[in-house]
Amino acid sequence: MSTSTEKLQNKQPSSRSLVGRDPWTTPLREIDLAHPGIWQANEYLPFLARLRRDAPIHYCADSAVGPYWSITRFQDVMDIEKRTDLFSSEPTIGIVDPDPDYILPMFIAMDPPKHDVQRKTVQGVVAPANLKNLEPLIRQRVCKILDNLPSNEPFNWVEKVSRDLTTQMLATLFDFPFEERNKLTYWSDVATAIPGAGLVDSYEESQKILQECLMCFSKIWQERASKPPGDDLISMLAHGESTRNMPPLEFLGNLILLIVGGNDTTRNSITGSVLALHQNPAEHDKLRADPTLIPSMVSETIRWQTPLAYMRRTATQDVSIQGETIKKGDKILLWYASANQDESAIENADQYIIDRPNVRQHLSFGTGIHRCMGNRLAEMQLRVLWEEILPRFRAIEVVGEPERIYSSFVKGYHNLSVVAHPH
Amino acid sequence: MPTITYIEHDGNTHTVDADNGDTVMSAAIKNMVPGIDADCGGGCSCGTCHVFVEPEWQPVVGGPGEFEEPMLDLNPERNDQSRLSCQIDVTDELDGLVVRLPEFQF
Ligand code: HEM
Ligand code: FES
Repeated sequence: MSTSTEKLQNKQPSSRSLVGRDPWTTPLREIDLAHPGIWQANEYLPFLARLRRDAPIHYCADSAVGPYWSITRFQDVMDIEKRTDLFSSEPTIGIVDPDPDYILPMFIAMDPPKHDVQRKTVQGVVAPANLKNLEPLIRQRVCKILDNLPSNEPFNWVEKVSRDLTTQMLATLFDFPFEERNKLTYWSDVATAIPGAGLVDSYEESQKILQECLMCFSKIWQERASKPPGDDLISMLAHGESTRNMPPLEFLGNLILLIVGGNDTTRNSITGSVLALHQNPAEHDKLRADPTLIPSMVSETIRWQTPLAYMRRTATQDVSIQGETIKKGDKILLWYASANQDESAIENADQYIIDRPNVRQHLSFGTGIHRCMGNRLAEMQLRVLWEEILPRFRAIEVVGEPERIYSSFVKGYHNLSVVAHPH
Repeated sequence: MPTITYIEHDGNTHTVDADNGDTVMSAAIKNMVPGIDADCGGGCSCGTCHVFVEPEWQPVVGGPGEFEEPMLDLNPERNDQSRLSCQIDVTDELDGLVVRLPEFQF
């Protein structure tokens, strides 16, 4: 999910960057977690620890994207997500408010009861029962990518594996024309782009491009509707009792949500898995010795990476938490990246331990009614990938500093230089 | 010590001794009963501790609570026997309880 935030902040002066400052002596009021600087520089962890210790309900009065609250402790994030009546997902889950004229209806940014109705109509396609049917094709595509990797010479893992694999998986999910699969990633980027930041110049332009997306999918829809039901998402929607008559805008919103939701997040988890195992050779040894640890390693990697650093909520009324008063309309960022490092909920949270107890109890997928709908799909992709990497490669060695994305929302990589060592 | 029986989707049966103070979820986890993930650790916030209460036990166990209902409602496999097992406290009255596990947690 590359966001408006990311693109907007690209244009802001980096005067408020915390890079190079002492996390333990910087005045609390100057801590602006939403500034991408410390995230790109990989210096964010001690700032999160500082807020967890000294100001777990923290107000940043002045930032490039306006005032906002930061919630950094595990239990507080859990508690707030439960109270959807006090903390709304509308109008959006990113820090920048959308242009009200161009909002696509997506249930991630809706409250009950609308949210529940919409999620229920589409979630069957990514439920485990359906994923079982998709797994063989996904595995076949994983194998093909791995079998074509250069051996014993450096290449960018993000480009050659993570990006293409996620795009291919989306194409598999939609049974989208395989050769045109890059359109999916393009539409995902357009849907989240702020006009003027590079990709599109105006909302009218993105509307036009997304209209093409809708047309393309409508055609596929017609074609699938006239055939017997299949396992792919479009076929399921076209034949489903509750989805057959979905209005076009809602159809588009749901498609975009699935494309956006499963794109950067999975890509960055795939890259993260290689980096984490490289940095923790003892854990890599454990995995090689016992491949049944793959599912547990996948969960630990997703915690360690936390591909989305936060989700936003908006207060529906004045609420008092631990002596702080959050005012109606205030923005609240729930920092999963911090909750996942909270020692009071997760022992040795700063370490990467692939067989840790309660490994699934992290907050990377959020929690409560908006808990990631694609979580099983994401886990399956990573599991299948590693089931095929282990028999082929002794190691995927990282040979350069990772290049991180300039964003406080999407935690990920542009570049990870690696050498693949076959057995 | 109340005894609880879990029947997996494939018919595999596990009978465990639970303590008062356990939940039907935590008793399963402690006794390594497969088929319950409990991703939120009992917080009624993930829905991955879904079970089906056998009909004869439904009057004793009761229906879902205020925060449980919306989580359950989002589960594609939900039926009128569904409960989140982390929201069922083990008591002496539940001695002999039988629950069935879904094929998948989601
Ligand atoms: C490791 C990969 C992934 C991570 C870390 C992740 C993270 C998240 C998070 C944190 C949320 C919660 C939103 C909120 O509470 O406001 C969410 C929701 C969602 N995710 Fe994912 N996601 C991942 C993969 C996927 C995939 C592969 C899909 C595609 C099917 C997907 C689709 C969605 C959808 C549709 C929602 C909205 C759920 C709702 O509002 O009820 N995600 N995701
Ligand atoms: S353990 Fe998460 S809802 Fe029961």
